[in-house]
This record gives sequence, structure tokens and C-alpha cells, in this order.
Amino acid sequence: MRVLVQEEAFDFGREAQAFASGHSNMGAIVTFTGVVRDSDKGGMERMVIEHYPGMTQKALETIAKDAVSRWDLGDVLVIHRHGELRPGEMIMMVATAARHRVNAFEAAEFLMDYLKSRAPFWKKEYGADGAEWVAAKDEDEDALSRW
Amino acid sequence: MDVLYFAWVRERIGIPKETLTTEAKTVKDLVEELKLREERYAVAFSDLSALRVAVDQELTDFDAALDGVREVAFFPPMTGG
Repeated sequence: MRVLVQEEAFDFGREAQAFASGHSNMGAIVTFTGVVRDSDKGGMERMVIEHYPGMTQKALETIAKDAVSRWDLGDVLVIHRHGELRPGEMIMMVATAARHRVNAFEAAEFLMDYLKSRAPFWKKEYGADGAEWVAAKDEDEDALSRW
Repeated sequence: MDVLYFAWVRERIGIPKETLTTEAKTVKDLVEELKLREERYAVAFSDLSALRVAVDQELTDFDAALDGVREVAFFPPMTGG
């Protein structure tokens, strides 16, 4: 299990390759990558992600451990960035390795649902007409109830 | 006790962190105490349903006890991922 909280960009291809290479008994590798997209109204120039340094690493590790305890997984990788990002940049990735794909897919979805609503990150979008905090969506909170 | 504020809570209160001494028994008591201090706190804490709280870096609720606690953080619902 590997959990990284970092400001710098990560190399998705290299991370995915390294993660997938280390597991000869795992039949399924699932990866998910979150990318900064333009705001719903358009015109976003940059996004700044604030986080709670003392808590973030622990919160992500707790979520990753939870996934490992619920599904038969060989390994989990979580990388989440903070700081300033521009549209098109990768914010975060998760990867799961399992003997069978159902576990890998479900665990990846679980990780994403929990990262959205239970990891202490807050996004602020900056555009030509000012800045706005991204509001949490009810459906993101509701998504947790399925686990 | 250290009290931390994040995102728009930090912006409304105007500081990221402060250290204070309190007799508050629960998070809710602490919030009431802060609201009485200055208008900016009253504004930031006007709707608790829009806020989340962590005690010693663990998510909890506003009824959580503060006995022996070293750090309390207030913030809006998280938007990770």
C-alpha cells in the first residue's frame, strides 16, 4: 500500500507501469485518474487545492486500509496533489491490484467515493471574474451509502 | 488548544490557526463561545450544517467532547478526488 500527498505533478504512465509490474499473482489492475476540468460555467484559469497537512496522509491511509480490509486486494496506490493546478493537469490517481477484476473495480470506486467526501481537500477555482470555492455535491455524500 | 480553519471558514475568520484556552466541554460549546467573540466568527459559524469538524485530526461531529483534546479544525464539506 502506498499513499502519497504531494504538490508536484506525478507521471501517470510511470506510476501505473510500476504498480502493475510488481504483482505476478494479480490478474487485474484498475487505475483511475482525476483531471482538472474547466468550471461548469467555463473560464477557469487555475485551481488551488488546499488541504489539512496534519490530517491528509492519515485520512487517505485510513481509506486505503479500509479498502484492503473489504476487498481481496494485492495492493493499493493513492496519489493526491495539492497546491495550484491548471485545466488538464492530473489531480490524483488510484490504482488497485486484485486477483479478479470485480474486486479491483469495486475497490477503486470505493476509494474514489471516499476521497471525494472524506479526505481533507478543498478546491477553489480562479477565473477572469474572480474565485469560487467548489461546493460539495449531495450526490457525492449519497454515494458513500452504497458501501 | 489549537483551533484551525480551512477554505472559506479560514477566509471568513481571517486566520488559519489560533491557540486558545477554553472551558468548553464539547465542540458545540466551543462554537458558541467563538460566536460570541466577534462578528466574523458568528458569520462563519452561522450554519453548522454547512460545516465539518475534526478533533485531533479525526472527523467527528459537533457533540464531540473536548476533554484532553489538542487540536480542533473547522472546515466546509471536503471536495477531494
